[in-house]
Amino acid sequence: MAAPLLSIRNLTVQFRVDTGWVTAIDDVSLDVGAGDCVGVVGESGSGKSVTALSVLQLHDRVSTRMPSGSILYQDDDLLRAKGSTMRRIRGSEIAMIFQDPMSSLNPVLTIADQISETLRQHQGLTGAAARRRVVELLGLVRIPDAARRADDYPHRLSGGMRQRVMIAMAIACKPRLLIADEPTTALDVTIQAQILELLRDLRRELGMSVMLISHDLGVIAEFAQRVVVMYAGRVVEAAPVTQLFRRPVHPYTMGLIAAVPALDSEAPRLTTIAGRIPGPQEIIPGCRFSPRCALVQPSCLDEPPSMQTVGDGQSARCPPRIQVLGVRHG
Amino acid sequence: MVDQPIVEVRDLRKTFSVKHAGGVSTLHALSGVNFEIMRGETLGLVGESGSGKTTAGRILVGLVPAGSGSVRLFGHDITGADGKAQLAKVRARLQFVFQDPYASLNPRMRIGSAIAEPLDIAGGWSRKDRNGRVAELLDLVGLPKTSIDRYPHEFSGGQRQRIVIARALALNPQFVVCDEPVSALDVSMQAQVVNLLLDLQDRLGLSYLFIAHDLAVVRAVSTRVAVMYAGSIVETAPKSQIYSDPQHPYSRALLDAVPRADPNYVRHPVVSGEVPSLLDPPPGCCFHPRCPFAFERCRVEVPILRESGPDRRVACHLFT
Repeated sequence: MAAPLLSIRNLTVQFRVDTGWVTAIDDVSLDVGAGDCVGVVGESGSGKSVTALSVLQLHDRVSTRMPSGSILYQDDDLLRAKGSTMRRIRGSEIAMIFQDPMSSLNPVLTIADQISETLRQHQGLTGAAARRRVVELLGLVRIPDAARRADDYPHRLSGGMRQRVMIAMAIACKPRLLIADEPTTALDVTIQAQILELLRDLRRELGMSVMLISHDLGVIAEFAQRVVVMYAGRVVEAAPVTQLFRRPVHPYTMGLIAAVPALDSEAPRLTTIAGRIPGPQEIIPGCRFSPRCALVQPSCLDEPPSMQTVGDGQSARCPPRIQVLGVRHG
Repeated sequence: MVDQPIVEVRDLRKTFSVKHAGGVSTLHALSGVNFEIMRGETLGLVGESGSGKTTAGRILVGLVPAGSGSVRLFGHDITGADGKAQLAKVRARLQFVFQDPYASLNPRMRIGSAIAEPLDIAGGWSRKDRNGRVAELLDLVGLPKTSIDRYPHEFSGGQRQRIVIARALALNPQFVVCDEPVSALDVSMQAQVVNLLLDLQDRLGLSYLFIAHDLAVVRAVSTRVAVMYAGSIVETAPKSQIYSDPQHPYSRALLDAVPRADPNYVRHPVVSGEVPSLLDPPPGCCFHPRCPFAFERCRVEVPILRESGPDRRVACHLFT
């Protein structure tokens, strides 16, 4: 098998707080292959956004440390890369879009100005050539009347149109990997469907890999090929998407899938997961899901469980469940 | 005798003035909304941003004055000439739960005082009865009694929404408007709060207006559903019918757009276009620029919400 495009290995990220350092993500590993679409799903505090920001080294250097792990992109370890290498990679190799397009756009510059900046920086395009490319990109993200829209300021556009502009900017230099952090969470459901369709088409047309971060299992089920489930700073399960929904292994994944209210059927009550999500400063021995887990065993509290393979590309951080299911080394 | 509805909304309209560089424009937030809510029932009001669902909810509890039309609560018209006096008569029977439990609680007020505040304002509670009621309310929403002396920041989002619900129930309301009460919560917390609202309805006989953009959550809590688009209700029906057999093309588009937590689900084509500007709504049916079935009449004549089956109404020229 070819080496993955992006490989995060055993990454730990800590943030400085008043009382010392708290661990935001712990021993996170995930791979994104060329042309792959990997979904990262989790609730608040799961560490999914921290993981994404680490790839592009967008954390504040003063208050963040990464005591272990590596992020391999092709031949570079991004954790140890020089500033000039990171500047080349950001935007032209790996691009990122965020949840709130309004706060990602400069309100006093036109759309064309903002997209041209990327083109000038990474591709040396200026003047009429840059302008042509801007209009072409706006067309590519299906903004109607692109030539006229290019001269609008962000406040003139709807939320959906702003996210299209962000996507145009992200794909301006034909990146090999697009990281999309909750790209449709702030949008209405019909606009969300349009943006997901656009991302799917662009991925195919441009041969990009996508790492999609979302709290919404519906969005993940529809978009991702492989899924990584995070809980309280750790990866608890990773699997191909159909396998994850057909046979979730980790009790948290099982609970999360069951807790999604059904649109196409009715039940007198929703299925819940007892308890609440722990804060990053709460010390929980062993498995961090154990206080909420219906299948908890004494051994779960001893030490953090390791990630084990179940078979068919599926792995999970829950030895008791894997033992019950029977480990197959696939 | 047939039960009278506890909420009756007739031809409710509301406009807001919007100032901008070129002068003042009129924003048409509600353009003739009709619905009623029966005792013990939950009406789910769904729609996307700008549909008018929040404005409708705020008018119902008197937070925003109605433009024209009428709102009757427990038989009292709160929109007439003596609307204020009428609203005062029913005020204690109404409550409101907002989306953001972080913004709804005073960060410097202990939970016990926050929950007791409606009792203190209403007056007539002895210290012993007041404290007993607070303990009872905490128990009702599943929080420990030790919460009384703690502050909001010590609780998670889901727990804070429980506190807000306890406070809303302090004076035994009969009707609660819930505006996106679970949309700020994580999935695992959301299910807990939805079940709590359902349990409370069973135990206390509450009626809800449940405003939300999430169709699956609305299905879980509602008895009937009203779908709003650009300031109008386009369809109302008992919930099982609206999900299995939506009549209005917008209801159908909305249902088709929801991503299913099922990798094998094959999605229908996505509806094109965006919600129209309420400053300059299109003539005729507001949905016609996006509607795959639109014909000439839709472009000129506003469709009226009419009977389209038993307990069903739809505002669409395809059904007339």
